[in-house]
Amino acid sequence: MSFAGFLAQLLNGVQYGLLLFLIASGLTLIFGVMGIINLAHGSLFMVGAYVAFLTTRAVGSAWLALPLALIGGAVFGALLERGLFRHFYRRDHLDQVLLTFALILLFEETRSILVGNDFYSVPVPAAFDFSVPITAGFSYSAYRFAVIAICLALAVVLFLWIERTRMGAIIRAAAEKPEMVDVIGIDARRVHMTVFAVGTALALTAGALAAPLYSVYPGMGDGFLIISFVVVVIGGLGSISGAFWSALLIGLVDTLGKAYVPAVAGLAIYVLMAGVLIWRPTGLFGQRG
Amino acid sequence: MLPTTRGAFALAAGAVVLALLPFMAQVYYVELATTALVAAMLALSLQLLVGCTGLVSLGHGAFYGLAAYTVYLVTPEDAGLSIMITLPLAVLAAGAAALFVGALSLRTRGFFFLMVTLAFGQMIFFIFHDTKLGGGTDGAYLARPALSLLGFELTYTRRQRPVFLYYVALVQLVAMYLFLAFLLRSLFGRVLEGIRINEHRMRALGYDTYRYKLAAFVIGGALAGVAGHMWAMHRAFVNPEIIGWHRSAEALLMILLGGLQSLHGPILGALAFTGLGELPQLVGDAKPFARFFSAIGLADFGLRVQALAERKLLLEGLVILAVVLVLPRGLAGLRWPRFIRPAFGGRPAGNERVQP
Repeated sequence: MSFAGFLAQLLNGVQYGLLLFLIASGLTLIFGVMGIINLAHGSLFMVGAYVAFLTTRAVGSAWLALPLALIGGAVFGALLERGLFRHFYRRDHLDQVLLTFALILLFEETRSILVGNDFYSVPVPAAFDFSVPITAGFSYSAYRFAVIAICLALAVVLFLWIERTRMGAIIRAAAEKPEMVDVIGIDARRVHMTVFAVGTALALTAGALAAPLYSVYPGMGDGFLIISFVVVVIGGLGSISGAFWSALLIGLVDTLGKAYVPAVAGLAIYVLMAGVLIWRPTGLFGQRG
Repeated sequence: MLPTTRGAFALAAGAVVLALLPFMAQVYYVELATTALVAAMLALSLQLLVGCTGLVSLGHGAFYGLAAYTVYLVTPEDAGLSIMITLPLAVLAAGAAALFVGALSLRTRGFFFLMVTLAFGQMIFFIFHDTKLGGGTDGAYLARPALSLLGFELTYTRRQRPVFLYYVALVQLVAMYLFLAFLLRSLFGRVLEGIRINEHRMRALGYDTYRYKLAAFVIGGALAGVAGHMWAMHRAFVNPEIIGWHRSAEALLMILLGGLQSLHGPILGALAFTGLGELPQLVGDAKPFARFFSAIGLADFGLRVQALAERKLLLEGLVILAVVLVLPRGLAGLRWPRFIRPAFGGRPAGNERVQP
């Protein structure tokens, strides 16, 4: 294939990887701080995509979808934490798995009641509906550039929040030694609610950004959930920077694989995961031991 | 895990009731019962991992589905092979896949283990979903394995088939239960129990816990293969849905529904879960909500409630929520109310208080 084609696939891979990062970072944060695995995280992504679809259908442009997903997601996440997840931190893994599985079924059925089971495509926002010429024979979708930029901006904000703010320090401490956070008198419940709200907001935003690229369809969260798990396993559970690099890696491997060796591309990321598990079972960026 | 003497009698009585069921029920319900027995086998095989060893796997459905697909792949188009060929091959395929997945995923623990089993399970799902190997997304029909043994073949007519297949499933379920009961009484079973309670201690005692867990994972996967083989035989049809991880999650639900503490719990859970799955159908046939609300003059509202009540996933989701919130010890943890219990000669109430 030509160089221009390769460049396009490379950019696609980066864009896909960054979207995966938005989903996987929420998963890994929620696990790191609360020790809970949210199987419904993929469904939250789906909710975001349908928010974009519904706002586009109602208002005629997708502009409103992004702030709606971000803010609505945060509120929704806080409510979920408050109403359900809070009671499950100390419960058995099995109970947590089934709780979040029940949420998947309820989200899917609610979607089916509200929107039905059809595929819908979502138009790209009019302002970004053009191509950016890069070389003489090659131009790239402006919307995909916008997605890359928004994801990178969110990633930077997330890094700064975790590394530079007081709340971030508490979150890092809670991920390391939750008992200590309690002992020194920090209200852990507020921390949990914040982390859950941020994770949910990121998942919904990823969904809203993805809707014009991948359309919206029933069960769309499942595939993204599984790939995000692979990202988290490779990156190391609870590590944000690990999630970032492994999301990029998975995005590139999957996209380039599908473009150049489609016959085996579906298996590539699992082979990668198997390799990491043999070489470093705690993930590339996880702590040893 | 194992029943008391009285519990064993109750189980034997339950088995007799199940054995008599085809004489009492219509064909539709016999077929439904076969579906329930297959689900019971799947849940029972998973219980070896979850309840006995403390390994929560979300990839178990993949071994089940792989076994069903193995039957499809080895069966020629026109005639079914002997069950003596298909069953060992299906079990072998499921066991080999479990060996591969288990060897890798058991290098991790806890939620990591859960995520890795889920991811590898989905890998097997995508192999059949995305390629034309087994009919792709549409699935494929297959010729049922024949009930032949050493040149002697048990034949049945089309009308007899549901009853025959029901007994085939029942025999396998009982055999699986007895095998697991035997396994758990052995030293191997004791070690698994020790691993569930305190793995570090077992390692300190000198047991190579990785090997024991891997052995449990492979045995569980192979037994899931028995269930998958029976599914292919029952439905004569395979599609990717049977491999997907929702199947694994449902099996976990059956275990939780029936209770983690017993070997018969998953069977109860599977029967209850399959019965529950019929509820929307029954509600759809009888239309109680539509009738009730139109009788009190709210016909439109009644139709809406009726439409909601017929939604299977909604019901399933709400039931799971109810179970994890209200019934953390499952149906097997249910006890007679206090004022009835003494009449049944149950143990004093104080001994079975739920641990907080």
